[in-house]
Amino acid sequence: MSHPSRLASAAAPRRRVPWLALSAALLLAACATTPPPKPQAEAAPRPAAPPPKGLVPARDPYPSTYKAPASGLTAIVNANIYTGTGQKILGGMVVFDAGKIVSVGPAAAPPAGAKVIDAKGRWVTPGLIDAHSHLGVFPAPAVTGQVDVNENIDPNTGYVWAEHSVWPQDAGFERARAGGVTSLLILPGSANLFGGRTVALKNVPAVTVQAMKFPGAPYGLKMACGENPKGRYGSRGRTPATRMGNVAGYRRGWIEAADYGKRWAAYDKKAAKGEGGEPPKRDLTLDTLSGALNGELLVQNHCYRADEMANLIDVSHEFGYHITAFHHAVEAYKIAPLLAREGICAAVWSGRWGFKMEAYDGIEENAALLTKAGVCVSLHSDDPNIIQRLNREAAVAQAAGRRAGIDIPDAVAIQWITLNSAKVMGVADRTGSLEPGKMADIVLWSADPLSIYALADLVFIDGAVEFDRQAPRRPSDFELGQNRGDLAQ
Amino acid sequence: MKPIVPLLAGLLAASALSASALAAPQVAIVHARLLTMGPAGEIADGAVILRDGKIVAVGKNLAVPAGAQVIDARGAIVTPGLFAPNTVLGVREVNSVKGTDDAKSSSSDLGAAFDPQYGLNPDTTLVPVARLGGVTRAIVVPAPGGDGEGGGGDDGDGALFDGQVMAIRLAGDLLVKPRLAVAMRFGENGAGGSRGAEIGLLRARLDEVRLYRQNRAAYDRGETRDLKLSRADLEALIPVIEGREPLLVTVHRAADIRQVLAFAREQRLKVILNGAEEGWRVAGEIAAAKVPVILNATADLPRTFEIVGASLQNAAKLRAAGVEIAIVSPDPAHRVRELRYEAGSAVAQGLPYAAALEAITIAPARIFGLADQLGSLQPGRAADLVIWDGDPLEPRSLPTAIYVDGVSQPLRSRALDLRDRYESGDGAPR
Repeated sequence: MSHPSRLASAAAPRRRVPWLALSAALLLAACATTPPPKPQAEAAPRPAAPPPKGLVPARDPYPSTYKAPASGLTAIVNANIYTGTGQKILGGMVVFDAGKIVSVGPAAAPPAGAKVIDAKGRWVTPGLIDAHSHLGVFPAPAVTGQVDVNENIDPNTGYVWAEHSVWPQDAGFERARAGGVTSLLILPGSANLFGGRTVALKNVPAVTVQAMKFPGAPYGLKMACGENPKGRYGSRGRTPATRMGNVAGYRRGWIEAADYGKRWAAYDKKAAKGEGGEPPKRDLTLDTLSGALNGELLVQNHCYRADEMANLIDVSHEFGYHITAFHHAVEAYKIAPLLAREGICAAVWSGRWGFKMEAYDGIEENAALLTKAGVCVSLHSDDPNIIQRLNREAAVAQAAGRRAGIDIPDAVAIQWITLNSAKVMGVADRTGSLEPGKMADIVLWSADPLSIYALADLVFIDGAVEFDRQAPRRPSDFELGQNRGDLAQ
Repeated sequence: MKPIVPLLAGLLAASALSASALAAPQVAIVHARLLTMGPAGEIADGAVILRDGKIVAVGKNLAVPAGAQVIDARGAIVTPGLFAPNTVLGVREVNSVKGTDDAKSSSSDLGAAFDPQYGLNPDTTLVPVARLGGVTRAIVVPAPGGDGEGGGGDDGDGALFDGQVMAIRLAGDLLVKPRLAVAMRFGENGAGGSRGAEIGLLRARLDEVRLYRQNRAAYDRGETRDLKLSRADLEALIPVIEGREPLLVTVHRAADIRQVLAFAREQRLKVILNGAEEGWRVAGEIAAAKVPVILNATADLPRTFEIVGASLQNAAKLRAAGVEIAIVSPDPAHRVRELRYEAGSAVAQGLPYAAALEAITIAPARIFGLADQLGSLQPGRAADLVIWDGDPLEPRSLPTAIYVDGVSQPLRSRALDLRDRYESGDGAPR
């Protein structure tokens, strides 16, 4: 990955900025042992000197340094498997090698040389995925000095990036891992209309956030409807004080972002022709918002009420962007056909409701009703305890469906906490289901994970065992050396 | 084990009207797998007879009384109604809407004497939702600061005590029995600004109560020294210093639990521990003091320095040490219906199944001195029971019938009304 053109081609669609590829290459090269390629080595002649570093947005200025530990050929045999693709295989086999799934299917002879794990009728699922978490940014302990979730000083803080608040020593990461969670989306809080940039993580023990970042995952923009922003700012005598103020705030933000995007597009066009010129003045908020407008960032929209979701959909049409998911979405069941038509996922709870007015109409059947209507549904946590039992959430939501006469097959209920959550995060092509070529993110459960008694026995992330119920727990640095023993001893 | 009886629910819902009209008719539930939580233990194919709101007989091969309505459970599990040991049901509708929150006193003149019974709202939408989780009884504990927000802002002496604890039924006018205990908090969210200050204040105030009790006439004549507690609080604390009414102490750290146990010994108080995330570290001492514990079975995060030792094994270890435990719902209001899953999650972490079911039925009844009326299927107890279509601790099992005081409850809630309005899924509400 040292050649600029290769970097650019590997990147997701984005406006092409020659200086961007160049600065990224320099960044990579700075870590390499070979001397950096000289800018003169590039083919195109440059009439103007490049702008100073940082004035043109780099494509990946805070790159992932995550590398999965080496792992060998492994076969889990005699396993009951929920594939994440909606299938259930009884007594089957999963084979993975070098961090990737090789095969998933019915009983067969394990490949020669494979390490064989006999599941003895236990259950296997893809690694669970939480598309809405504040682990690391609202960590344990959550004492004075530790809470970094809401930059609640302005309704538009599109300029903050959640990853710069993530504390990898949050004890919650390990607890979530013990619950089978292998990937998660960390979002800024919901105090602001535009809350900032989300970050996708692999749930591995790490010292830096860079070492947890999901390689190649798209960024997202956190937006929030309703009570939180209007309550936060209205009470301080500022806009927004009402829901109409909220919507006006989104529209003003998008107008600025569209204008900003236009100025950069013009600059990019000139730069591509070698004409150079002065780049527009860079703005961190508008970098993120314009990235959401052009589809590079996924829009993750905290929104409870049906009428507000409909308003936000209109806003998305006015400015030409797509909402990836409504989060919490406790009233999504009231507008299921609209969400299905728009291709917007709903990331919801099974049982939380009523803690504020916009959550008062929450029902346990939300996930089942939405699934029946063809909406992509993810069960999320937004909570460091719920994240430890996402499988329980799926069972609750499935049972509510049954009570309503909606038959959600077990293998589909599992998709609420695996593949569909991966879709919300924009990583469904890499994880979320057990399919050849995907990341070997796998959980071996002690029982059917839709049972309350099931516990994760083994959790593989990219093929490496990152949690083993039989092994001693790995406490976070905060917990290490704290007296957690029996006082009577 | 899924003897689903689809007809049963409709049948019983229909009978609910007549049941309330006739004030609890005689009902015989037959061919049930009874988890009695009483001395009879589990009865594989038994019957329960309900009359006038009470259980009149439990056992095998019972004769069905003439005229009784017969419900064939077809092998389904029947348990006592579940009992949530720490809630604000009936005194809070929406957390963020202050006008609906009657779970706390903000007056420093009214601490121990604050009695939330006067705020009970039988029309709350939370009760039918919780009841659909099989919960028929609950303890209401005054809760300053709301859900998970820590202590109240009032640091006056009144704030030493949060108020009176009561028992409710999840039906009718709610109130069962007020003034079961006085609630308080010790530790980070306690009164006085520090643990040492709080113990000192407690000692001083309980001395006032003793002085007042001995010298009521002098107090009335204004001949005693000035007392910090209001007269109402002094009165409310007399049963506490006499050991007739327990102090329900919310406490977390192992060292703090020891302080509370020592203080209770010194003052000859009866105490119940609430929270006790680090209880397992001093399980033997809690057991030796014969003090019961109300706990959150899934609290395992070191969110503060006083619960660095929080563990999913807390319930199992306390129980193994011989401590009486009761398990709470994930929150005290809207998620009370999830009580049984919390017991199930404790089983996954090593708590024996019977102990887990006890922790959400008979144990809360015993802890609050109500076991002669509630918490088990025994003759003479209130006719609270639930027929389940599977294992009651599994989320995928559902109640098919719920009785409170012998009256079949409708399997309905406002949430289900909302569901039914929108369930067509075509975007056209009914």
